[in-house]
Amino acid sequence: MSENSTAGYLDMDLLRFTTAGSVDDGKSTLIGRLLYDSKNTFDDQIEAIERSSEQRGDEHVNLALLTDGLKAEREQGITIDVAYRYFATPKRKFIIADTPGHIQYTRNMVTGASTANLAIILVDARHGVVEQTMRHSFIASLLRIQHLVIAVNKMDLVDYSEEAFDKIVESYKEFASRLDNVVDITFIPISALKGDNVVDKSDQTPWYQGPSLLYHLETVYIGNQENHVEARFPVQWVTRPQSDEFHDFRGYAGRIAGGVFKPGDEIKVLPSGFTTKVKAIYSGEKELEEAFSPLSVTLTLEDEIDISRGNMIVKENSPPKVGQDIEAMVCWFSEKVSPTPRSKFIVRHTSNETKAMVQKINYKVDVNTLHRVENDSTFNLNDIGRISLRTSAPLIYDTYKRNRSTGSFILIDPNTNETVGAGMIIR
Amino acid sequence: MSNYSLNHLQQLESEAIFVLREAAAQFNNPALLFSGGKDSIVMAHLAYKAFYPARIPFPLVHVDTGHNFAECLTFRDAFVEKYRARLVVGSVQTSIDEGRVVEETGLNASRNALQTVTLLDTIEEHQFDAAGGGGRRDEEKARAKERFFSHRNDFGEWQPQNQRPELWNIFNGRKNHGEHFRFFPISNWTEMDVWQYLKAEEIELPSLYFAREREVIQRGGTYLEVNELVQPREGEKVEVLKTRFRTMGDATITGAVLSDADDIDKIIEEVAAARETERGNRADDKRSETSMEDRKKEGYF
Repeated sequence: MSENSTAGYLDMDLLRFTTAGSVDDGKSTLIGRLLYDSKNTFDDQIEAIERSSEQRGDEHVNLALLTDGLKAEREQGITIDVAYRYFATPKRKFIIADTPGHIQYTRNMVTGASTANLAIILVDARHGVVEQTMRHSFIASLLRIQHLVIAVNKMDLVDYSEEAFDKIVESYKEFASRLDNVVDITFIPISALKGDNVVDKSDQTPWYQGPSLLYHLETVYIGNQENHVEARFPVQWVTRPQSDEFHDFRGYAGRIAGGVFKPGDEIKVLPSGFTTKVKAIYSGEKELEEAFSPLSVTLTLEDEIDISRGNMIVKENSPPKVGQDIEAMVCWFSEKVSPTPRSKFIVRHTSNETKAMVQKINYKVDVNTLHRVENDSTFNLNDIGRISLRTSAPLIYDTYKRNRSTGSFILIDPNTNETVGAGMIIR
Repeated sequence: MSNYSLNHLQQLESEAIFVLREAAAQFNNPALLFSGGKDSIVMAHLAYKAFYPARIPFPLVHVDTGHNFAECLTFRDAFVEKYRARLVVGSVQTSIDEGRVVEETGLNASRNALQTVTLLDTIEEHQFDAAGGGGRRDEEKARAKERFFSHRNDFGEWQPQNQRPELWNIFNGRKNHGEHFRFFPISNWTEMDVWQYLKAEEIELPSLYFAREREVIQRGGTYLEVNELVQPREGEKVEVLKTRFRTMGDATITGAVLSDADDIDKIIEEVAAARETERGNRADDKRSETSMEDRKKEGYF
C-alpha cells in the first residue's frame, strides 16, 4: 500500500519524541539529518539554508539551520525554546519536541518531555556520559517517558571505535539503574554530521548489530502508553443546544483521560458521588459504541444530574483519589516567585482550577547527580523537588505514575497569571 | 488492550477539539478567524464537531482584505449558513478609508500586512478576548515555537522570549484586562494531515484549490490569475494554463501553481510529491528570512 493512499495514511500511528542535548552535541544537526535523509525537507527550505550557510561562511550546508527558528537563536547559535517539528515515513508520523539542553533551560526540557513517548539523549562519543546526560535522563524518567534512545554521536571523531562505544554503554547502564519508569533503553552509535546510522545503517560500524535510529523510531512499540483500565472523564464543557430539535439535550464534553466508556456503563460523578448510566457517546454527529482515551467525545447520561466543568466522570470499580493534601514532584519555571511555605498559587489540574498553598518543601533534587538535597528551603527557576501542597477544594486525581493526565498539574502565580511550576503527583 | 489505539489523524482531531473546548471554557468572548482557506475551514469544522449538537459558541471572524478572490466570499457565506455559525467581518478597506492604515504602494504592494491593524481593531470593537487561528507549526519556522494558547500583551504583540510553558494538555488562559489570546487548535497538523482530513470528513472547499484552466500572467516568479485586481502590465503576456491555488491570500499576490490536480485525491498525491513548502509562492514571506517572525510580533496571525 502506498504511503499516499488514504487507507495507508490512516493506518499510521503517531510517535511524539523529544530530543535533549547541548549545542555542542549536534542535536540540531541530528534533527536536520533525520528530516533531510528521510526526504522530509523541501527544496525552498534547503535553498534558504544554503544561502544562510554561505552568508555565515560555513564550510558545508549546515543542516542545523533547518531547526533554528528565531532570530536571536540564529544569531547566538543556541536554541532557547521548545520548537516542534514534524515528519513522516510510510510507517509513522513523528512530532519532535526540540529542546535546548543547558541547565538554565531545564524548564524547556520538562515542557518538551511532558507530551513525549520517547526521548533521544545525545552523548558525545569523545566525552561519554557527562553531567548533562544524567540530567536529561533524569528529566525523561521523571516525566515518565518509557523509551530512551542514547544516541552516541560524533562516532566519526573516535574512528567509529567499538571500544569507545561499549565503554559509554557500560557507564550509562551503571547510572541508569537509578532511574524509575524507564521501560527500555536503546544505544545507537551515530554520526549526525556524516549520516551514519541515522536513517541508513552505516558501513563504518560493522560491529554494530542494532537498527538505525530512524528504523528504531518507526518500530518501537508504543501501544501501552495510555491507561485503558481506569475510566476517567474530566468534564470540560456542558453542551446545551437550547434548540427546538435538541430541546432536552444535555451533554458533557471532554477528552477521555483513561479507560473505556460504553453506553449502559454504570458511572459515578465526582465530587458529588451521584451515580447513573451512560446513555450515549457522541463524536460530532456520530454515535459511538465505545470510546477510550485519548478521544474527545460528548457523553449523555440516563439521569439528570448537576454536573459542571471540573467534575470527573469515573467508574466505581476503580475510583481516583479525592483529596486536598497532595505531594508532588514540582519543576519550577519562575525567576520572580518561589514556592516558599505558605505561599499561594492557582493550581490547574485536568479541567479543574483551585487555589493551593505550599505546605513544605520536602527535598530538592540535584539534577546533575540525582542526589536529594534536604534542608535547603530555596527553590528557584529550574529547580526540581518534592513539595507538599494543600488545595482549597479537593482535587480528583491519580498518581502521575498511573495516569499522566489526571496526575499532572500546573501552578500559576495569581499576581501575574504566569505559569510558574509543573507538578507530578506522587500521593 | 492494543485494540484501543487511535491513528495519528484521530489523535490530532481529538487534540484540536480539546483545544477548542478549552478556549470556549476559559475565555469570555472568543472568536475563530476564518479566511476561507483550507486550514480555517478545517478548524471551523472541528469546532462544529466539538460542540455538536449545539451551535459553535463563538463567531467566525473574517478579515476582509478587499482583495479577495470573488469566489471566497460566496463560499464563506454558504459555509457560515451550512454550519449555522455567526459571522463577523472586519474590513481592511474601511481601515484604509478611515486612515487607520496606509495602503502599500509599488509593484509588489499587498494588503497582507494591513490585515494586522484591521484584525486588532475588530478584536477591540467586538471585545473578543481570544481569537482562534488555523496556524500550523509546520508552516514556518517562527510558528514552530507557537503555543496552543498564545498570550498577547496590551498591544496585541507576541513575545517569543516570554511565552508561557505549555505542559501536557493543561492550558493557562488567565490574563489581565486588555490582554488577549490567540489559540491554535491545529498547531500539530501538517499540510498533508489537513488534506487527508478534508478528504476523510468530506469537507467542501473553494474550487480555487482545484486545477482548471485559468487566465494567468507570470509575475515575480509565480503565476497570478488575471482578475479585477490583477491586470497584465506592459510586457506581461496572458496565458491560459491549468493551475490551482495552494493558499487563499491577498488575490493580488497569491500565486497559482501549475497543476493537473482537479480532485482531492490528485491534490493529496501532489502534496506528497511537492518539493516546495506551500508558502513558497507567497511573495510576502520572501521579503526577508524573518518576515513571518516580524509580522507575528506585531500581532499578525
